[in-house]
Amino acid sequence: MSDTLAIVLRLLAVFVVFLVFPLVIGQTEHKVMAHMQGRLGPMYAGGFHGWAQLVADGVKFAQKEDIVPAGADRRIFQLAPAVALLPYLLVLVAIPVGPHNAVGQALDAGLFFVLAVMGVGVLGSLMAGWASANKFSLLGGLRTAAQLLAYELPMLLAAASVAMAAGTLSLPGILDAFHWWWVPWQLVGGLVFFTAGLAELQRPPFDMPVADSEIIFGAYTEYTGLRFALFLLAEYAGIVVLAALTSVLFLGGWHGPFGADGLGWLWTLLKTAVLAFGVIWLRVTYPRLREDQLQKLAWTVLIPLALAQIAFTGVVKVLIS
Amino acid sequence: MLAAASPGFLSPTGVEIAFLLVGIVTLGAAVVTVTTRQLVHAALWLVVALGGIAVEYLLLTAEFIAWVQVLIYVGSVVVLLLFGLMLTKAPIGRSPDADSGNRWAALTVAIASAVALVWVVVDAFRATWIRLDTVQGSTEVSGRSLFQYWVLPFEALSVLLLAALVGAIVLSRKKGEPPAASEASATSTPSVIAAPPAASAASAASGTSAAPAGGDGDTAGPAPREDR
Repeated sequence: MSDTLAIVLRLLAVFVVFLVFPLVIGQTEHKVMAHMQGRLGPMYAGGFHGWAQLVADGVKFAQKEDIVPAGADRRIFQLAPAVALLPYLLVLVAIPVGPHNAVGQALDAGLFFVLAVMGVGVLGSLMAGWASANKFSLLGGLRTAAQLLAYELPMLLAAASVAMAAGTLSLPGILDAFHWWWVPWQLVGGLVFFTAGLAELQRPPFDMPVADSEIIFGAYTEYTGLRFALFLLAEYAGIVVLAALTSVLFLGGWHGPFGADGLGWLWTLLKTAVLAFGVIWLRVTYPRLREDQLQKLAWTVLIPLALAQIAFTGVVKVLIS
Repeated sequence: MLAAASPGFLSPTGVEIAFLLVGIVTLGAAVVTVTTRQLVHAALWLVVALGGIAVEYLLLTAEFIAWVQVLIYVGSVVVLLLFGLMLTKAPIGRSPDADSGNRWAALTVAIASAVALVWVVVDAFRATWIRLDTVQGSTEVSGRSLFQYWVLPFEALSVLLLAALVGAIVLSRKKGEPPAASEASATSTPSVIAAPPAASAASAASGTSAAPAGGDGDTAGPAPREDR
């Protein structure tokens, strides 16, 4: 009985994280973007510095009419937001926040699990892009697919480098094997992983699939109300997942200069928050990459770098063993 | 692994029932995949079928294989399929010309291969039972058997994939240009199972369709600056 209860509690905690963290990231994005652009951002909702703006947005989205275009493929159109959002919930289950089994569910092949399930999320965008019966949506879907194909590979290779270094695919196992000098050792892999992850999330500067100034909003053009909100939520959940994964794989997760025992989870949160801030910062500061530049960056820069990192990891691994 | 008192078929455990149900769903999805007249729906039913197989692997405690199945097939192959469909022809609704007219030939081949597979598997594993209460297919076990006993087939497969990659590059090049074999050999790491099909498809895509601006393609060059 206590086992069942423990599992339920863990899943509940993961679900709460899934509901709260993306909203926190979204509100941070409002505020950080505003301050970087010399304005205030939302200031009224909730009183103190507009902290309830996203809740108000959610209420607004829920009130809007849910429109399905007449020419659309109804069922797939309606299913797409769920396919886009749910994988991130599943991924959060496997990400460890602290030592001593502080993870939703420890998986033997956790690294493969998170990468596989994250890849499934993109199917949602493809379904949305096709089912909308809209040329802009179809273009967005095409660009999404091309981008995923290009950036999945460097992401996998960079993750494989960490798995080689740790000798395990389990995420808590990787963190157990972590030493501080892994950060410089895996630095290139970490940069490749983070960049490729940004591209998979279609965050600026890799937001060509949703480039609002040329194809409106890509695959999400025809969406309204709650379904549109679910896509936005998926984007923010994706930021949480990417930042958490990068900090677990490349920055040592719960390891820190001090307090590794009691305050480990705080280190994980801190690293995740700093990386998420970096994601927002990139959105404000970088211009959008053109489609051919996107492909060129993946195939001619990131993949060779990731392969070099794997070779380097192998050499060091042989030398120290 | 050979249990002394072999469990009977008449008192199935929960895992066995789940395995059977998921198998039925997988089979149904696969049948719909090849019979539906809606092209993109076929690709999406394929996701259900491939996902069902991944669940079967999970039920057999082969966790690593299950996630690789999701990663390669659902995450890459189906995305590639959808990409191809969207590039060429993806009408919403039925496509009357989706039937190739080979229905009976296809049915014959499908039944023949199914019979052959079932026969071989039944013949090979007659009374073998695996105990599912301990993990049988962990990453470590899979890795050991792959790199101790099955290294040669594994490497032969990667050579096969390399050949497919080179072939795809040759096909995607216009006449007169020499095929770039050096690109192919750079990505032939055996650990990258998804590399060859993905690499060839996306390089073809970036060359033909996905370059709207048609610039010099310099990565470091200045991108058009826009207000978001």
